[in-house]
Amino acid sequence: MAEHDKAAPEREVETTAHEWDGIQELNTPLPRWWLWTFYVTILFAIGYCVAYPAIPLATRATAGMLHWSSHGQLAAEQATAEAGRAGVKLAIANTPIDRIPPDSATMRAAIEGGRAAFKVNCVQCHGSGASGRKGFPNLTDDDWLWGGGIATIRQTLEHGVRQPDDKLTRMSQMPAFGRDGILTADQVQDVVSYVRYISRQEGGTPSARRGRDLFAANCAACHGPEGKGNRTFGAPNLTDAIWLYGGDRDTITETVTNARYGVMPAWNKKLDKASLNMLAAYVHSLGGGE
Amino acid sequence: MSSLETRGGGNYSRRPDIFPKAVDGFFRRLKWAIMAVTLAVYYATPWLRWHRGPYAPDQAVLVDLAHRRFYFFSIEIWPHEFYYVAGLLVMAGVGLFLITSTVGRAWCGYACPQTVWTDLFLHIERFIEGDRNAQLKLKRGPWSAGKIARKLTKHALWLGIALATGGAWIFYFADAPSLARQFLTGNAAPVAYATVGILTATTYVLAGWMREQVCIYMCPWPRIQAAMLDERSLIVTYKDWRGEPRSHGIKKAGTFGDCIDCLACVQVCPTGIDIRDGQQLECITCALCIDACDQVMDKLGRPRGLIDYATLEDCQAESQGSPPVPVMRTLLRSRTFVYFGLWAAVGCAMAFSLGNRTRLDLSVAQERNPLWTRLSDGDLRNAYTVHVRNMEERPRQVELSLEGLPGAAMWDSLKDKRTAAPSMRILLGPDQVEQRRIYVRAPAAGPDHYELHLTALDQEHSSASKHVRFERPGENQ
Repeated sequence: MAEHDKAAPEREVETTAHEWDGIQELNTPLPRWWLWTFYVTILFAIGYCVAYPAIPLATRATAGMLHWSSHGQLAAEQATAEAGRAGVKLAIANTPIDRIPPDSATMRAAIEGGRAAFKVNCVQCHGSGASGRKGFPNLTDDDWLWGGGIATIRQTLEHGVRQPDDKLTRMSQMPAFGRDGILTADQVQDVVSYVRYISRQEGGTPSARRGRDLFAANCAACHGPEGKGNRTFGAPNLTDAIWLYGGDRDTITETVTNARYGVMPAWNKKLDKASLNMLAAYVHSLGGGE
Repeated sequence: MSSLETRGGGNYSRRPDIFPKAVDGFFRRLKWAIMAVTLAVYYATPWLRWHRGPYAPDQAVLVDLAHRRFYFFSIEIWPHEFYYVAGLLVMAGVGLFLITSTVGRAWCGYACPQTVWTDLFLHIERFIEGDRNAQLKLKRGPWSAGKIARKLTKHALWLGIALATGGAWIFYFADAPSLARQFLTGNAAPVAYATVGILTATTYVLAGWMREQVCIYMCPWPRIQAAMLDERSLIVTYKDWRGEPRSHGIKKAGTFGDCIDCLACVQVCPTGIDIRDGQQLECITCALCIDACDQVMDKLGRPRGLIDYATLEDCQAESQGSPPVPVMRTLLRSRTFVYFGLWAAVGCAMAFSLGNRTRLDLSVAQERNPLWTRLSDGDLRNAYTVHVRNMEERPRQVELSLEGLPGAAMWDSLKDKRTAAPSMRILLGPDQVEQRRIYVRAPAAGPDHYELHLTALDQEHSSASKHVRFERPGENQ
């Protein structure tokens, strides 16, 4: 290019005196504003170190004159969020849960709040998906021991199951038919055959036929003449596809012999009214609500 | 780097005073026209109205950050369609390659905001303080009342334009007339005032004080362009074989070249360089030196084009006696076509996809915990979170229906399960996403997959479908 041979002699730029194959390294001065900008950034850095936490010490950093901290910022943001929720939380706490319209913003907020409260208080037994496990009811299905209406769920939550010091607690007492000698081991097997017959897991064997009379005499008072259960007593429906402990012969034998006494805490001791309402709303929304 | 350096030596140098002289000519007029168009587009665009019906803003170009929508005349972009913006950026990038490889730094010289606003500020400076010589005189003169008045007027005008520039920017992000009212009555959001403040300051400082320093020291493009230009790119160049040796006004024809060393080209240069030193990083190819030199050549009765747009290759050929190459032949070469083809391909692909995009969209996320629930009558239930996007500016009634799952029914999780049916209706708000959690129940035995159909129940019958899994218990469950 023409520029090298012609222009170079006219330049008055200092060089570093380095030269490689005829190419000189120029020592072009920096613009002065760049220098000033650099000084300003240094001043900014000093000011920043004075204003904000900056210099690490043995246990913590210098606090800075503005006393800003990430914990403080988080706390302030949480307080703002909490204040924003206060109105709807108050509405949820003070409205009977069955009076909140199902498709309303309040109900949506209650369900979301319940989702959070469920993760803290309930997942230990009922599982993170609320689908339960052996002995801990699946809350997503449509089979309920004590009822699946939203107010009924609220009642169960509030007073728990088999809490001796709570007068309104859900209480049922199935006799331990085998252990207490009410039925012999053979009679227990006959009752099991009948229960498996009415739940359509087995055909009508002679054992099941013998079990029918035993069932009518011993079980029908609570489970009903057809075995469809009774929510007043918390007696499960024995004819459906859902088994809290299991529907196989061994498990039903164990249940009839020794009975089952599951418990749930009375949550009114630990949770406020808003949380109880939100949990009831959430559990009711899981698909089985009535 | 020629005239910029060391006035006085040392490691740092102050910014040299540059007082570009006014000039007239073809390129100056072209620059006026481009400046008028670009400034008009910038200031006026937010005020254009575009009727979209009762449910959408009527501003033609609006970046609605609060509601996450971008409106451009009849086009509305949702956040999930952000790839259109990526496409535009690709087009801008390839377009810059195309422009640079053919007409060199035309972007720098004509359309770059830094160039346009600096040009505007220079014009105001000349309007207040006079042309180059008057400015030089004013600078050397003592601080008189007149000098102070001129300086104050100039800076006030600069600040006024800077304020208008910063002010115009915010109107792209909100309804311009109402924001203007709020802004003037002090009711706009603090971020609006902060944005205007920052952009006013940057405009005033960058176009008033920094000018060519931005191009030379701050902008990466002059460095990149070194990789983009080749010996067949158009640059502003001094034809030294024709001009040298310079005559310095001595009239002895024959022994000298056409350059009379009148320095007209140097005086008009907004970056303060001497184009006769050859291709330089500082040259933004604004071509004002071409206008200045052409005027001088006309007066001397010599042919124009001592300084001209030319490629290095053509300069070489011309200096060896070939005739000048027409500009069109320089432009029409394979590299131009490749870049243009690429640019046009991206543009066509985007236009095609814009024309064919669906404005009703269904997405289905299956509940993973639990995957399925057994119901008391032995049936199974799955749960899904369904998002339905209505990207049109009107409410729409749609129907969600199941296909390929015999005996199945679905219902809204917020509604009673007795409302279960093979289909359900949803009223979609205009330009909104509706989220529904739905339950689907089906007999224990049946297919593992089915189709969820979404059909609009209006004249246009747009629809969307999703192939969905119906989870069932595995063995032993």
